[in-house]
Amino acid sequence: MSTQTQADAPRASAGAGPLLRLRGVTKRFGAVQALADVDLDVHAGEVVALVGDNGAGKSTLIKAISGVGPADEGTIEWNGHNVKIGAPGDATGLGIAVVYQDLALCDNLDVVANLHLGRETRRGPFMDEIAMEREARSLLDSLAVRTLRSVRAEVGMLSGGQRQTVAIARAMTGDPKMVILDEPTAALGVAQTEQVLALVSRLRERGLGVILISHNLADVFQVADRIEVLRLGRNGGSYAARPDQRQAVVAAITGVSEDHPAVAPVAAAPSPSTTTHDDGAPA
Amino acid sequence: MSTVSPAPAGGPPPAEQHDPTASAVSLEARDGRQTGLKAIFGGGEAASLRVLIVLALIWIVFTIANDRFLTAGNLTNLTLQVAATGTISVGVVLVLLLGEIDLSVGAVSGVAGSVVGVLSVQHDWNGWLAIVAALLVGASIGLLQGSIVTWLGIPSFVITLAGLLTWQGVQLKVLGEQGTINISDPVITNLANTFLAESLSWIVAIVAIALLVGGTVLGRRRRAAADLELEPMIRLVVRLASIAIAILVAVYVVNQDRGVPVSLCILIGLVIIIDAVVTRTRYGRHVLAAGGNEEATRRAGIPTKRVKTIVFVLASTLAAAGGVLAASRLLAVNQSSGTGDVLLLAIAGPVIAGVSLFGGRGSVWAALLGALVIGSISNGMDLLAFESSVKFIVTGAVLAGAVILDALARKRRLSQGRS
Repeated sequence: MSTQTQADAPRASAGAGPLLRLRGVTKRFGAVQALADVDLDVHAGEVVALVGDNGAGKSTLIKAISGVGPADEGTIEWNGHNVKIGAPGDATGLGIAVVYQDLALCDNLDVVANLHLGRETRRGPFMDEIAMEREARSLLDSLAVRTLRSVRAEVGMLSGGQRQTVAIARAMTGDPKMVILDEPTAALGVAQTEQVLALVSRLRERGLGVILISHNLADVFQVADRIEVLRLGRNGGSYAARPDQRQAVVAAITGVSEDHPAVAPVAAAPSPSTTTHDDGAPA
Repeated sequence: MSTVSPAPAGGPPPAEQHDPTASAVSLEARDGRQTGLKAIFGGGEAASLRVLIVLALIWIVFTIANDRFLTAGNLTNLTLQVAATGTISVGVVLVLLLGEIDLSVGAVSGVAGSVVGVLSVQHDWNGWLAIVAALLVGASIGLLQGSIVTWLGIPSFVITLAGLLTWQGVQLKVLGEQGTINISDPVITNLANTFLAESLSWIVAIVAIALLVGGTVLGRRRRAAADLELEPMIRLVVRLASIAIAILVAVYVVNQDRGVPVSLCILIGLVIIIDAVVTRTRYGRHVLAAGGNEEATRRAGIPTKRVKTIVFVLASTLAAAGGVLAASRLLAVNQSSGTGDVLLLAIAGPVIAGVSLFGGRGSVWAALLGALVIGSISNGMDLLAFESSVKFIVTGAVLAGAVILDALARKRRLSQGRS
């Protein structure tokens, strides 16, 4: 895309390089080019929102980072070192945790069990329920989660916001350095969205790198530091999450050049029939 | 998660959202399941209680209909009758917890019985060795079926249905032309036909109660020391007292007749062990998790295929153990061992006692309780000399009722969850 970098994106803290640096990430599904030469930087203590229309490649990019669907080409640097992420275990090992949109919770288990799933504490041959329950408590306390009255409540009985909270808290149990949140507010009401966004801010305060995927620009502008736009599998620009950038971000997502807002060319364009859909309209 | 944190530097402050919704949300959570509400029998307290009430109703009805029902002799018979099916059901519970099904357990029990008979009678094997061989045959069958189900992703329903036919054929082959083998090895026949001496039975009962109370008190102390929520004292005392009284009464009653059957001890022992595995070990937690949400479990880094395969191995092994007990009780194996209603009753029992067919919910104790319910119905109707047509219809109706309850409970859960 021709619309490269607009306003300088704020660089959060860290004099050192970014926590995660992607360069030239490419992914193909047969004839479909899902990602083409995508770059992305995420610093510690920074919330980077990844936005783009359906099919822009957000999920594909996340899968490349999380190891679920490794990239075909490109380099991934973690803390300045070249790394290979070929399986989910690799990403977890580096300290990358992913909260999927479907949350991946077991509805039949309680909050404690879900928080510790796959890494249960043992005491002899048995699980140490007491240690796990205490850990769950202190984890939720440290994230200032107060909506969960009982950590022994079955997750299936919780509300959408509570479930999202549990899923995010669970991502924190491995003490990750980076958390990827896939549409965390998609199915939530207003109050619950606020709660989840506050939790995202808390992750940043803890010095984690956060990648937030969202369709909801209001959420994105509220919580993110920087907005990375993906469009048709390519970088569509990097924007500071300031209110005055809103138009630019929307333009980048839809592919309408910023200088020519959708309404303008329609009136002015002498071109026949094809009007607004003309992506590659000359400047 | 009320937003009381200091407003983060970046985004706009998350507004004063001490909203009413937040408190509404927390209220809702309280309604879910309460902390420390450990079920009487490890699983869902309500489900277990419901089954006990059903069992009591059945007993009352049959006692009114026939005063021989509630006698020491008949109750001892009842325990003898349920031991084999109950043992098979223990394995069935594990498979059901995964949300899978194993239709081959009846046939596997028949094969195991045949193996024991043939090895011990025709090949003069030591009784213990024959039993071990039968259990190994069961484990191998489980490994085969479980591997096919998990690694090839074929529905367990289909594979174990194929297994049902296959293993019935194998059973006929193993038994050979005679078709019936009478077992005389005392090691095997003693399993289901001996009883604990009265003194020993009381010692076992007292030790069991002491362990239960001691364990509970210890666990409570640890929770208290860790400053965690505790189960209300009254509930705890009532629960322990009722279990202790139940054990003592049961032992007293059967001691009026022949005593505590060894086979019942085997069944209860298996239930306790498998229940501990399910509720207290990591492996058991992974089984429940896989039954609840397999994809989530896999993403949590748990080798779900291995977890599931092992469940099928355990289920077939327990089915084999049930087959050995059945052979022991009959003092023989024949071509119809493990066929007929063995499979259906072994699956119906746990379902009646509250194990969900949808996976992830239920207690191993349902194997024992369910076997008692079904065994009581069958036993009572035998006493009343009902035809088998009526028996089938009644048992079927009870099963249908239980499954409908399960489905309704699931519907309620689905509509409650996620606001």
